[in-house]
Amino acid sequence: MSHQRTPLKQVKGLGSAKEGTSHFWSQRLSAIALVPLILWLCFSIASLPGMDYVTLREWLSHPFTAIMMILLIVAGFFHARLGLQEVAIDYIHGDASRTIAFVAITFLAAILAVTGVFSVMRIAFAG
Amino acid sequence: MATARTDKRPLSPHLQHYKLPLTAWLSISHRATGIANSVAIMLLVILIASAAGTPGGYDMVAGIVDSWFGKLVLFGFTLTLYYHLCNGIRHLFWDVGYGFKLQTARTSAFVCLASAAALSIITWLVAAAS
Repeated sequence: MSHQRTPLKQVKGLGSAKEGTSHFWSQRLSAIALVPLILWLCFSIASLPGMDYVTLREWLSHPFTAIMMILLIVAGFFHARLGLQEVAIDYIHGDASRTIAFVAITFLAAILAVTGVFSVMRIAFAG
Repeated sequence: MATARTDKRPLSPHLQHYKLPLTAWLSISHRATGIANSVAIMLLVILIASAAGTPGGYDMVAGIVDSWFGKLVLFGFTLTLYYHLCNGIRHLFWDVGYGFKLQTARTSAFVCLASAAALSIITWLVAAAS
C-alpha cells in the first residue's frame, strides 16, 4: 500500500471532507439516544387521559417529563439536521443551492429546538 | 462519444424496469421516514409552543390534532417513527459489523417491519385504553 498522505494527515485521520467520522459518529450517538426517548414520547402521550390544555400542561410541568422532552427535542433536531444534511448532499447538486439548503436546515433546526426547549421550560417553571 | 454499445453486457438496473428487492425498499423507506419524522418533531414543537401560550391558541392546534384527519396523520407518524427506530437499530448492527448475510438481512427486514407495526398497534391500544 502506497502512502500518498502526509504523516500529519494520517495522524489526524480527517480525510478529504476535513471532518473525519464526526458526522457519522454524531448521527449514531443521537440515534442511540433517541431509541428510549421516542419510545417514552409515544407511550407517555398515548397514556395521557386527554389532549386538553390543562392535561398537557400538567404533564409537561412534571420534572421528569420536562427533562425527557428537552432531551428529545435537542437530540431529535440534532439527528434531523444531520439526516437532512445527508439528503441535501445526495439530491441537491450545485454548490450554491446546497449551501443554501445547509444554512436553511441548520437555522430551522436551531430555531425550532430553542423554541421547543423554551416552551417546555416556560410550562415547567410556571408549575 | 456517441457510439452505440455493441457488447451484450447487462446495463445497470434501471429503476423503471428493475424490481427492487425488499431490502432496497427498506433502505429508501429509512430515508423517507426520516424526512417524515423531521416534520413530526416540527409539529411536536408547534404543539408544545402553543401549550406554552394561551388556551385559545392551544385549542386551535389541539383541535386539528384531535380531528379524524389529525389522528390519521398521528397514526402515520407512529408508523414512521417506529419504522425508522427499528430499521435504525438494524443499521446500528450493520455499523458494528453484524447481519450482512443476505438471508440475515432479509430476516431482519421482516423483523423490522413486524416490530414497527406491532409497536404502532400497541401504542394506539394504550391510547384507546387511557
